[in-house]
Amino acid sequence: MAHTALSRRAILRIGLAAGGGLLAGMHLPGFARAADAAPLAPNSFIRIATDGTITLIMPDVEVGQGIYTSATMLIAEELEVGLDQVRLEAAPPDDGRTTDLLKSYTSPVLKQQATGGSASIRGDWQRLRQAGAQVRMMLIAAAAQRWQVDPAACHAARAVVSGPDGRRAGYGELAEAAAAQPVPATIPLKSVDQFKLIGTSPRRLDTPSKVDGSCVYGIDVKVPDMKVGTVAACPVTGGTLRSLDDSAARKLPGVRDVVRIDNAVAVIGDHFWAAKQGLAALQIEWDLGPYARMATADLVKALDIASQRDSDVIAKQEGDAEAAIAKAARKVSAAYEIPFLSHAPMEPINTTIHVRADGADLWVGTQVPARAQKTITDATGLPPEKVQVHNHLMGGAFGRRLDVDSIQQAVLIAKQVSYPVKLIWTREEDIQHDLYRPYYFDRLSAGLDDKGTVVGWTHKVSGSSVTARWVPIGMQQDGKLDPDAVEGAAETPYDLPAMRVGYTRVEPPGVVTAWWRGVGPNHNVFMVESFIDELAAAANQDPVAFRRNLLGKNPRARAVLDLAAAKSGWGETLPQGVGRGISLQFAFGTYMAHVLEAEVTRRGEVRIRRCTVALDCGTAIMPDGVVAQVQGGLIFGLGTALYNEITWQDGRVQQSNFNDYRAMRIDEAPRIDVYRIANDQAPGGIGETGTVAAAPALVNAIYAATGKRLRRLPVGSQLVSA
Amino acid sequence: MLTLTINGTPRQVDVPDDMPLLWVLRDVLDMTGTKFGCGIAQCGACTVHMNGEAVRSCVLPASAAVGQQITTIEAMAQHPVGHKVQQAWLDVEVVQCGYCQSGQIMSATALLAATPKPTDADIDAAMAGNICRCGTYVRIRDAIKQVAQS
Repeated sequence: MAHTALSRRAILRIGLAAGGGLLAGMHLPGFARAADAAPLAPNSFIRIATDGTITLIMPDVEVGQGIYTSATMLIAEELEVGLDQVRLEAAPPDDGRTTDLLKSYTSPVLKQQATGGSASIRGDWQRLRQAGAQVRMMLIAAAAQRWQVDPAACHAARAVVSGPDGRRAGYGELAEAAAAQPVPATIPLKSVDQFKLIGTSPRRLDTPSKVDGSCVYGIDVKVPDMKVGTVAACPVTGGTLRSLDDSAARKLPGVRDVVRIDNAVAVIGDHFWAAKQGLAALQIEWDLGPYARMATADLVKALDIASQRDSDVIAKQEGDAEAAIAKAARKVSAAYEIPFLSHAPMEPINTTIHVRADGADLWVGTQVPARAQKTITDATGLPPEKVQVHNHLMGGAFGRRLDVDSIQQAVLIAKQVSYPVKLIWTREEDIQHDLYRPYYFDRLSAGLDDKGTVVGWTHKVSGSSVTARWVPIGMQQDGKLDPDAVEGAAETPYDLPAMRVGYTRVEPPGVVTAWWRGVGPNHNVFMVESFIDELAAAANQDPVAFRRNLLGKNPRARAVLDLAAAKSGWGETLPQGVGRGISLQFAFGTYMAHVLEAEVTRRGEVRIRRCTVALDCGTAIMPDGVVAQVQGGLIFGLGTALYNEITWQDGRVQQSNFNDYRAMRIDEAPRIDVYRIANDQAPGGIGETGTVAAAPALVNAIYAATGKRLRRLPVGSQLVSA
Repeated sequence: MLTLTINGTPRQVDVPDDMPLLWVLRDVLDMTGTKFGCGIAQCGACTVHMNGEAVRSCVLPASAAVGQQITTIEAMAQHPVGHKVQQAWLDVEVVQCGYCQSGQIMSATALLAATPKPTDADIDAAMAGNICRCGTYVRIRDAIKQVAQS
C-alpha cells in the first residue's frame, strides 16, 4: 500500500508537469513556475529550487515505451533522490546548436532532437547519469563548505546531504550555495555494484494517471476560447482544392468557420461533432493532380524492374560474392516484398494551436519538438522565442509523430482564425493521409558448398529512402546510399565469407514515406532471416543448427539463439499443421532470438500459439520495462505481418479504419515468454526489437507447419488461396 | 436540452440528439478520460458503461443515453470492481501509452462485475472489442485474472 501511495504522489507531479503545469504557463503569459526560479541548474536535465522542488527535464518523449521512468532512474541513481521526490517536465525545443551533451536535448545517437530508433537509453546512459552526479557533487561541495568538512566525508541520499557528525541539509536549502560551486570537470560514476535503482523495476511514473482517465494527451487539451475542427485533405497526394460550396455546412448548428488551404478544408465548430457534420455537408471539388491514376501495382512493378538490375550503390563488399556463388555446388535465389504500412497509433493525429500577431502556442504530442517549432516559425515569420511548444504524453506514435505534416497543415489553418483551435483528424483521415513505411522489394542470392556451408551472399535492396527526405545529411556515398535502407543487411549476425549488399533508391510517385517502428532492421531482418531459413532448407539442415554454424565469431548472438531454442522446446514433436520458426537479430545494440509456434488450419488461417524470446540487451535499466516492450513490440509486429498493407487505386488509399486496417486483438494474442541474459555491457535499445523479430519467425513457422514459403507480406489470405 | 445521468449526477446538455455520447463527454462536459479512437465502434477506446454494460460511446447517440445510468472512467475509483481493476492494472504494469486503457478498464470492469471468475474464453469475448496498438494484451489478461483471484 505504501508503494501505491508513493506512486500516486509522484504522478500528481507528473500530471502537473506534463499537462496542467504547462497549461497553467500558457494561461498566464509571463507567469513563471516556481521551478523556473530554481537557482541550481548547471545542466539541462535538473533544476533544484530553494523550496526543494526537484524538476527533471525529459530529453526523450513518452510514447508508452516507459522512457520517463527509465530516464528518471538514470538521473536519480546519481543525483541520490527517490523517484517519488521529483517532478517531470517535457524538454522544450532544441535546435541542436549546443554541442555540450549536458546542455542539449538533442539525441547523442540521432544527432538531433528526436525520440526514435530505439536510441533513447543508448543516448542517455552516460549523459543522464553524469547530469545527476554533477549536481550531487555540487550539493555535497556546498554542504562541506558550509560545515567546514571534507566533501569525501559527506554523502547524499533521498535529497539530503549528511555530514560526518550527523548534520543534514536538504537539497533545497543547499541549492543556492551549490550553484556557486565550480562545476566539476570530471564526473566519476557509480560502479555496477553500487547501483540502487538501475536494474530494478519500480512502478512506472506515468501510469497512475493513465488508469483513471486524468492523463492529458494532446487530444485532451482545452484552452480558453478554443474551438474544435476537423480536416479533409485532398484524397490524392499532390492534389489541390478546386472549388468549395460550404453554404450547407455553415447553416449547421455549432459550425463556426470553414477554412481553406491549398490542399485541404477544415470545418471548425463548438465541438468535434459539429465540425464533423459540417465537413460531411461540404461540396468539395478537388483538382486531383498528377497522381490521380496511381495504383499500387504500378509502384510494385517499378520496384521489381529496378531490383533486377545491379544496385545503384554498394553498401558492403567483402570478397567476390558473385564469383563464389557462380562456382557453388548449389545456388539459391529469392525475392521478398514487404508492403507500405500506416502507423495508426491509438491517439489520432491532432494539433491544438493559437497563432497571434505577437506569438504562437502549440499543444501537441510530437517526437520532434524543434521541428514542430520550426514549422510554426517558418509559416508565421515569428521568432522561435515567441513560439511555445507544449509537448504532451502521446497515445502511441510508432514513428508517425516524427513528422510534422499535420502541424504544417494546422498552422496554415490557424493563421486564418483568431482563436485557439484544436484540429482532430478522423481515423479515416489518419490512415489515408499518413506518411507510409516504404514498400521494399529485395533480391537475395547465396551459394552453398556440398556440405551446405554458405560460400557467397548477395542482397539487393530496392525501395524509397526515408533518410533522403527526413535527414538528407545522413545519406552516404554522394547521396546515393541510405544507411537505414541497408541496416541489418550490410551487417548481419552471421559470418558470411563473401558478401555484396547494394541499394537502389526507387521513389514511389505520389507516396511520401516515413519512419515506422523497427526502421531499417524491421525491413532487413525479415529479408535476411527468411533467406537464411531457405538456405537451411536447401542444405537440409535444422534452422537453428544452420544459423549456429554461422555464429562462430558471435558468442552473444549464439547465446540468445541457444537460449531461445532451449526454452521453446525446439526440436520437440508438434501436431500436424503446427510449426516452429526462428529468427535472430542484432539491432539497436541488442541481440535477440525468437521462436514462434504457429498453427495453420486447413482453411489457411494462422493461429499464433506461443512466442519465446531470448535477448541480450546488455545492462537493463528497468528489466520489467524490457519485457513489456518485447511483448508489445511482438504483438504490434505480428498483427502487422498477418494483416496490414496500404494500397492505392486511382491515387487513393484503399484502407480507412480498423475494420480494413486490422490490429491484433486479445483473442489472437499468443502466450509470450521473454528470457534475458544479464550482463554489464552498455545498454542496447529495446523499443523496436520485438516488432523486428515478429514477421521473420512467423513466416518461418508457417513454412515449418505447411512447407509453404511466404515471400511477401502481409500473410493475409495467401494461405487461403494456396 | 437533454438530461443525462453521468456517474450518478444529472447533467443538462444542449446538444443535437444524434451527437454521439463520446463528444458530449469530451467536448461539452470536459470529461476527457473517455477516448476517441476510430468513431465506428471498432477499437473500444470510447467504452463507457450504460446500466453497467460496456458500450461504445462513439456510436451511441446522446438521446439514447437519456434515462440511462452512464458511468465513465472518471468514476472507476469509486466503483466496487473498477478500483480493483485499476489497481491490478498498476500492479501488473499493463499500461504503455495508455490511450486505450480507459476503454480496456471499462470493458474489464463490466466483465468482472458480471462474471467474477472469467475463463480465458470469457476474457476473449469481453475484451476483443478493445484494440491496444502497444500490444499489452498479455498483461491485460494477467491483470483480469489477478482481480478474479483476489
